[in-house]
Amino acid sequence: MNARALLVLLFCAVASVSLAQGFAGLGGDAKGYSVPERGTVLTFPADHGSHPQFRIEWWYVTANLKGEDGRDYGVQWTLFRSAMAPREGEGWTSPQIWMGNAALTTPDAHYSAERLARGGIGEAGVAAEPFTAFIDEWRLAAPDAAGLDRLDMAAGGKDFRYDLQLEATGPLVLHGDRGYSVKSESGQASYYYSQPSYRVSGTLKFPGRDMAVTGQAWLDREWSSQPLAADQKGWDWFSLHFETGEKLMGFRLRHTGGRNFVSGTWIAADGTATPLTPNALKLTPQATAQVAGRKVPVLWRVELPAQQLDVTVKAVNDAAWVAGRFPYWEGPVRVTGSKPGQGYLEMTGYE
Amino acid sequence: MVLSLRSVTKRYQTAEGPLTVLNTVDLDLAAGQSLALTGESGSGKSTLLHLAGALDAPDEGEVTVAGHRLSGLNDSSRAEVRRTRVGIIFQQYNLVPSLTVAANLSFHARLAGRRDVGWEKVLANHLGLTALLERYPEQLSGGQQQRVAIGRTLAARPPLILADEPTGNLDEANGDTVMTLLLDLVRETGAALLMVTHSARLAAMLDRHVVLTGGRIQP
Amino acid sequence: MMVASFSALLSHWRRHPFQLAMLLLGLCLATALWSGVQAINTEARASYDRAGALIGQDRFDTLTERDGGEIDQETYIALRRAGWRVSPVVEGNWRVEGQRLRLIGIEPVSMPADGTAAGLAGAGALVDFITPPGFVQVAPSVLETLRGVDTPPLRVSADLLPGMAIADIGIAQRLLGKQGRVSRLILLPEQPMGVPALSEVAPSLVLHKPQAGGDISRLTDSFHLNLTAFGFLAFMVGLFIVYSTVGLAFEQRRPTFRTLRSLGLSTRLLMALTLAEITGFALVAGVIGLGLGYFVAAALMPGVAGTLNALYGAAVEGSLAFRPQWVLSGLAIALGGALLSAAESLWQLSRLPLLAPAQPRAWAQASRRVLLLQSVAAVALLVGAAALALSGAGLLAGFAVLAGLLLGAALLWPGLLFAFVSLAGRWAMRPMAQWFWADTRQQVPGLSLAVMALLIAFAANVGVSTMVASFRATFTGWLDQRLAAELYVTARSEAEARDVALWLKPKVDALLPIVNADAELAGQPGQVYGVADHPTYRDHWPLLQARPDVWDRVKAGEGILVNEQLFRRNHMALGDRLSLPGSTALPIAGVYSDYGNPTGQVMIGLDLFDRLFPAAQHLRFGVRALPDAVPALIEGLESQFGLGSMQVTDQAAIKRRSLAIFEQTFAVTAALNILTLGTAGIALFASMTTLSGMRLPQLAPVWAMGARRGTLARLELIRTLLLVVATLVLAIPVGIALAWVLLAIVNVEAFGWRLPLRLFPLDWLRLAGFAVVASLVSVAFPLLRLARITPSDLLKVFANER
Repeated sequence: MNARALLVLLFCAVASVSLAQGFAGLGGDAKGYSVPERGTVLTFPADHGSHPQFRIEWWYVTANLKGEDGRDYGVQWTLFRSAMAPREGEGWTSPQIWMGNAALTTPDAHYSAERLARGGIGEAGVAAEPFTAFIDEWRLAAPDAAGLDRLDMAAGGKDFRYDLQLEATGPLVLHGDRGYSVKSESGQASYYYSQPSYRVSGTLKFPGRDMAVTGQAWLDREWSSQPLAADQKGWDWFSLHFETGEKLMGFRLRHTGGRNFVSGTWIAADGTATPLTPNALKLTPQATAQVAGRKVPVLWRVELPAQQLDVTVKAVNDAAWVAGRFPYWEGPVRVTGSKPGQGYLEMTGYE
Repeated sequence: MVLSLRSVTKRYQTAEGPLTVLNTVDLDLAAGQSLALTGESGSGKSTLLHLAGALDAPDEGEVTVAGHRLSGLNDSSRAEVRRTRVGIIFQQYNLVPSLTVAANLSFHARLAGRRDVGWEKVLANHLGLTALLERYPEQLSGGQQQRVAIGRTLAARPPLILADEPTGNLDEANGDTVMTLLLDLVRETGAALLMVTHSARLAAMLDRHVVLTGGRIQP
Repeated sequence: MMVASFSALLSHWRRHPFQLAMLLLGLCLATALWSGVQAINTEARASYDRAGALIGQDRFDTLTERDGGEIDQETYIALRRAGWRVSPVVEGNWRVEGQRLRLIGIEPVSMPADGTAAGLAGAGALVDFITPPGFVQVAPSVLETLRGVDTPPLRVSADLLPGMAIADIGIAQRLLGKQGRVSRLILLPEQPMGVPALSEVAPSLVLHKPQAGGDISRLTDSFHLNLTAFGFLAFMVGLFIVYSTVGLAFEQRRPTFRTLRSLGLSTRLLMALTLAEITGFALVAGVIGLGLGYFVAAALMPGVAGTLNALYGAAVEGSLAFRPQWVLSGLAIALGGALLSAAESLWQLSRLPLLAPAQPRAWAQASRRVLLLQSVAAVALLVGAAALALSGAGLLAGFAVLAGLLLGAALLWPGLLFAFVSLAGRWAMRPMAQWFWADTRQQVPGLSLAVMALLIAFAANVGVSTMVASFRATFTGWLDQRLAAELYVTARSEAEARDVALWLKPKVDALLPIVNADAELAGQPGQVYGVADHPTYRDHWPLLQARPDVWDRVKAGEGILVNEQLFRRNHMALGDRLSLPGSTALPIAGVYSDYGNPTGQVMIGLDLFDRLFPAAQHLRFGVRALPDAVPALIEGLESQFGLGSMQVTDQAAIKRRSLAIFEQTFAVTAALNILTLGTAGIALFASMTTLSGMRLPQLAPVWAMGARRGTLARLELIRTLLLVVATLVLAIPVGIALAWVLLAIVNVEAFGWRLPLRLFPLDWLRLAGFAVVASLVSVAFPLLRLARITPSDLLKVFANER
């Protein structure tokens, strides 16, 4: 999931280019910014809040839902924070920039929206206790002080809206080494934890009709300051819920030249997390679809022999293209095979 | 002599060099006398007339009008000669277009400083202009305009009257009428008349007749 | 056949090169002045559009505070948190080193992608832009003038107009002292589903549709109408030259036309050839005229830009861009003008009889009937103008009165002149005098266009210079009243203002706080000022009308003062009530003059002001002190507080600057005035010269009857002087009437103030000097010709062989 850093970098670069060409981007190092360190103990609820001294950070929820009509729906709620300097500031002097992405996928339609805001003026931000993440009218907030266990989630665009209630059924999961997640052979890393076990209920709103839904959701929290390696051109990221109650987070970073860095976490039904050893997970594209003028793999074989996992992952809607300033593919998937289930797939860097 | 020319020579500069228009011309004209001057186009008739009228000066020789030698006179003195001693009647009438017939009639006399209202009345009556006095030249026919021009000249009673094809623009009947009027009135005032014409018939109506050929007077 | 015919027609111009020169000159001047003014207007309007585009006003809906004031930043946040997709803009005058820049603060992150027309590309990192100290983008010329001045970092953007600056909203709020304030919100085209109504979230905001140019173009309309009127005047005068030349050429070519017709050319072909000829000339002259016009416009543009900035705060490019559509319209106007001028001749050509009438009609002999008709039309125009002046309202009516007055006077003049000369001729006793008057009278129709042009130019000159001089006299007197305080101090923060006040208090006679806030006044943006109760105001303030207890009422917050422009624009009367933001309507207790300010203004008591505008910053005050103490005070403020010339201004400096702005305001008017006068001079010269060629048949008989050439030349000179001076004598009352219309109608409509008319006879004397010189120059050539004329030239008139 380190690969999502690229998305943020892209966002910064494009936002800057549209305003100020020649923005140096993030360069090659993290000068002045804090860097994740192995052994740091994550403390909650403080670490639910933002870390302005780190360059990038996100609050990322994906939900697989079933409507009263029996159809599958997918929902995405994302808030990115990008620091242009490793500090917070009063009012307009804040160097923090926020971006929200929201999407709603049905088997035959896909809606998405995007928000940008400056930090410091009360337009976007995250508070740890009680937990509140917001940008404009979009909210991901706890109605009480129970950490991330209960959340209200709302967002919308010109042709859709959703209002959902999330309730955790399991513990937080720390990826990698107690939340220190390595992202490449050269040692780049991030702090990364998840709440993969939300039960969801609520309403989807389309122009002229509402749809009551229930389902599962997965929250990712990650922050870091280090960019990707220069030869990483994109990634494929999976978050899968199996009917057994087990869950899998897996990703594949695609290097130019065909080499891949594959890693992930296996989560048992009781919430126990096991980091995967390198190359334990096998991700194989099976078929592509023509989406927005490019070929995107929408059918995958996912194998994890250690857990007797051999499944086929298929997009609910091939056309789940998030066509914003920084386009990418993100949508719900169905899982069939040795362990049936559902989940979310994100793919970037397909030209 | 009202007019006398002695050895008068006049040359013009042309593209082909100097052209002698009048060559040692001698001419005398006494008061009460009328003289017709004929000749082919370019023979120098008009030039002679202009010299006699102090409109132009000869290159050599002497022009005397009513006892005034014109040579050596400055511009304003020549203008005075024109004003008081000479009257000119043109083929084109040359009335002052901005003045009424009445004003035109008296104009020269007033310039000469000898206006005679009674004489003007006589002239107008005689020339058949009485009904036209308040009109402007452009409202008159050619014959009428020439009668005004004649009246204007006679009204000033100049000793010398010069006429340049006075009936050249008129048809024969009109021309004859105007001619008769002119000769009658000249006789009445006792002025001398020098008239340039093409017409032998008109020339015959005058006392004397000289022919100008190649700038010289043929006897 | 066509080639032969055409060259026969054209041969006329080879024989009359002067006529050709006049024709081309007239067309050139007409095109140059008209297109020059158009270029100026186009450039200025393009600048307004650019300024509007810079902040997206031309493409996006905007939200503003209903009362015209500023929006609280919290309202912006509330809107965003309710789902409204808006981007904030703060705007204000940024005074830096005696310069006033229009500083626009934008929020680049929420700004729609194509929200600003100013490409900020190449300006540097977003982080540098939005985080302190940030940077301010300015036009290249501004960067030059601010070199070495203490400002935030500056960067150049070629997309910006001089006088404008762009910074991040956070940086701009600080520079403008508007922390937490927003001037307007840009509404993004795409809004989310189910957003609550504006009336629920921010009931005090109103929505505006996009408009190119914005408010500025409405404010400056009058100024541009002014320029256009002058351009048109000059164009008309130029066309007079063309008209008279074309007419003369037609008359002189009458025999040629007849010959060509008798040789078998159809009328239609002849007209086509003549049309082709005039079109060719128009294009040639049009191109030259455009070049000249571009030059004129480029020369005037900096002045215009200065004026627009000084008078309306409009940022306008001081240099001229070349626009293809301007070339096309310039050529079109040249062609149109030429055809208009040639229309009468062409019409005559179409009816030209094949055989000559017995007596060719002299060109100069236009009939009395034309003069009579013209005079009747003139009287109708004058009566119409008078009626409109009494009853009409609005700027257009004002200009219609001006046009009616000028045109009526001009049309009437030849008829008047004719009558006057006829009368004089009747009284003349001596024959030469009689001839002189008769001959002059005959010339009047031929000269009528020239004297009309001259009258228009003279009257415009008298009118405009009277207006400007009246204005200046009033303005300087007003400055003395208005700028009663010896020193004006602006602190950089409220805390500093308090310290400065404490320090000054024992050293001076009085401290007069100056506070103001933006507000909507009678539906238009304007300002409200809070004013202390002090003899400075009671004794000096330039009140035009007031209740006797005006200052007591203002002090008590029971009455307000309004400026003249607000008062007149809304047709108010003393005692009328005007509503202020957050207050019930208060009665108007007095009206004061407020020149040089395009917007409405209200003055209220200080206590009331603080109640209505608690957020307004108290930074400025006027200082009353003995004049001798002022230098020491300036020095003390500098050493104690580091307040420099940006913060401390003495009365003399403000007056100097105000007068400089005033001069600049009318520099363009003066320049156009002189150009029009010059064109009229040329029209006179052209008429005199062309007419002199036709004078011989009139002069020769008189000469033959004994008038001296010297006498004739003297009479020609006297005639010209007489015509010109008589025209001037008539032009003076017409000009005064013009000035009255300008001051009492046009200024009230355009600027909102009415000025007393004052007369400056010395200016007329100067104009008379010009008139005499112009007539001497225009008659010099004909006189020289007459003096050099040989008897043989005169004799040609009598030659029988014609």
